Amino acid sequence: MLTYALRRILFAIPLLLGITFLSFAIIHLAPGEPTDLMAGDPRLEASAQARQLLREMYGLDKPIHVQYWSWLTRLVRLDFGRSFSPDGRPVLVKIAERLPVTLLLNIVELLIIIALAVPIGVLSATRQYSLFDKVTTVFVFIGFATPDFWLALLLMILFGVQLGWLPISGLRSMNWEYLSFWHQQSDFVAHLVLPIVVATFGGLAGFSRYMRQSMLEVVRQEYIQSARAKGLAERVVIGKHALRNAMLPIVTILGLSLPGLIGGSVIVESIFAIPGMGQLMVQAVFERDYPVIMGNLVIVAVLTLVANLIADLAYGLVDPRIRVGRRR
Amino acid sequence: MKDFWRAFRRNRLAVVGGVVVIVLVVLAAFAPLFSPWDPNRPDVKKILADPTRSHPLGTDQLGRDVLSRMLFGARVSLAVGFVSVGIATAIGIVLGALAGYNGGSFDAFIMRLVDLMLVFPRFFLLLAVLAFLRPSIWTIMAVIGLTGWMGVTRLVRAEFLALKEREFVVWSQAIGASGYRVVWRHILPNAMAPVLVAMTLGIPAAILTESGLSFLGLGVQPPYATWGNILNEGKDTIEIGWWLSFYPGVAILVTVLSYNLLGEGIRDALDPRLRQAAGRVATRKG
Repeated sequence: MLTYALRRILFAIPLLLGITFLSFAIIHLAPGEPTDLMAGDPRLEASAQARQLLREMYGLDKPIHVQYWSWLTRLVRLDFGRSFSPDGRPVLVKIAERLPVTLLLNIVELLIIIALAVPIGVLSATRQYSLFDKVTTVFVFIGFATPDFWLALLLMILFGVQLGWLPISGLRSMNWEYLSFWHQQSDFVAHLVLPIVVATFGGLAGFSRYMRQSMLEVVRQEYIQSARAKGLAERVVIGKHALRNAMLPIVTILGLSLPGLIGGSVIVESIFAIPGMGQLMVQAVFERDYPVIMGNLVIVAVLTLVANLIADLAYGLVDPRIRVGRRR
Repeated sequence: MKDFWRAFRRNRLAVVGGVVVIVLVVLAAFAPLFSPWDPNRPDVKKILADPTRSHPLGTDQLGRDVLSRMLFGARVSLAVGFVSVGIATAIGIVLGALAGYNGGSFDAFIMRLVDLMLVFPRFFLLLAVLAFLRPSIWTIMAVIGLTGWMGVTRLVRAEFLALKEREFVVWSQAIGASGYRVVWRHILPNAMAPVLVAMTLGIPAAILTESGLSFLGLGVQPPYATWGNILNEGKDTIEIGWWLSFYPGVAILVTVLSYNLLGEGIRDALDPRLRQAAGRVATRKG
């Protein structure tokens, strides 16, 4: 198990190099550069000089492979450089401030999706063509087609504006500091309700669909018939024999859909003004803040690779037939 | 082909999806004829007017007619969908065919590249690239197309791996047909069915991505109307003008839903076995 994990991590390194070089090249070859925004009006003579100074200061005047190499050697020492924005703070600090919220959102989202999608999928598979199955199928198709930002707007109008039940922006109320400890916690949770509902909605549709599909295939297998034939209760046949096998493809799909889920948090965080990685990314994009954009890409890529690794290792735990890295 | 039609027509939802798609294409193509107003003409006397008979879907904060803007927005959404999927499919067919037909280290390289692109959060990559390009409808098409070719590449490669061992291919090679001719005339036409399905399911995914980018303000820029940027403007006025953030979303939902139903219908009618093999329903943010 351990050697397998190590080998996977080693394989991830060229992958990461590829991703960073690709994005570095695209970003640097594209027209436009951060000095456009920093140096002010390009028609002024002073701004041309300022621009040249800025270029030299940030090393933007060097050839791209030199820039990439120096960025990479600093990266190895966990130095992501400083932000181009006026505060000029280290990229790593900026990201570290925002990572916990995004991780919290994504983990809670995943847990809710799994907790709901598995029973929904199992129920609609075991009662194929029942009313429940038909209703969930409709829900799945609508869930696939609903833009998450639109759902967010609708929920904001309904629960935030019309009913006034839930806060619609940020993570804390204005009077947060004056609340008691428990009120602070409930205030925080109330702020997270709408973002998590929106983030969960689309993923839920996909996963309950896959779960249904996978379950439908498993219950046709012979070992399920033999489990029934030896007189096991239906509950045991489905809940134990079928479920474990039906979960297998789900674990793989979970790993594959992580990039999409993490990408989705960009939109959710922007709409609900949640200070997470996604919002940081959008701000950096508007400000053409190279170091922050590259730092974000690297961190997100590493997170996705790690999550994929966990999904692969979890595969070994779920499936009794797979013993990763152990020779028999 | 006859079997295909019979199977397709039996799937009522897919037929409905197909009809809606055709209606949308007609509406978009003839948008100037159907629009009651000029989509870009502001009217200070009618700022954020409620839906009425003359403005069925209300007006926005500059007094522009929302219905007309949505009809013109349909052009952008559909065009981005078609062109970006066209780009992605072209790249996918070329890379997939080369990888599947030649095999060896080229194949291995392409497949590693596909893995690399798939593992990466595409939306982050799109944002990073768009930060440094002037956002326009062309860059959006190019960028969505250039980051979305992995699925088709895999499909085409898999088809080629299976087809190149078949008798008709081996025989045509034996009588001296050139590699180009074998690929182009013999293998590719037989590999097109899953590609067609993947394209139909790729268009709604591209439309969702475009509207998401436009919503963030990084897609097609005003004054050109798109469903995404009308919603972006609606975001600021949710307390006064709900119609501005309601109808464009309905349009996106109906479009994506219809394409998905159509795509699944085509897939099931072409070959029930493709159910598992061909691309999945458009997932969010590809």
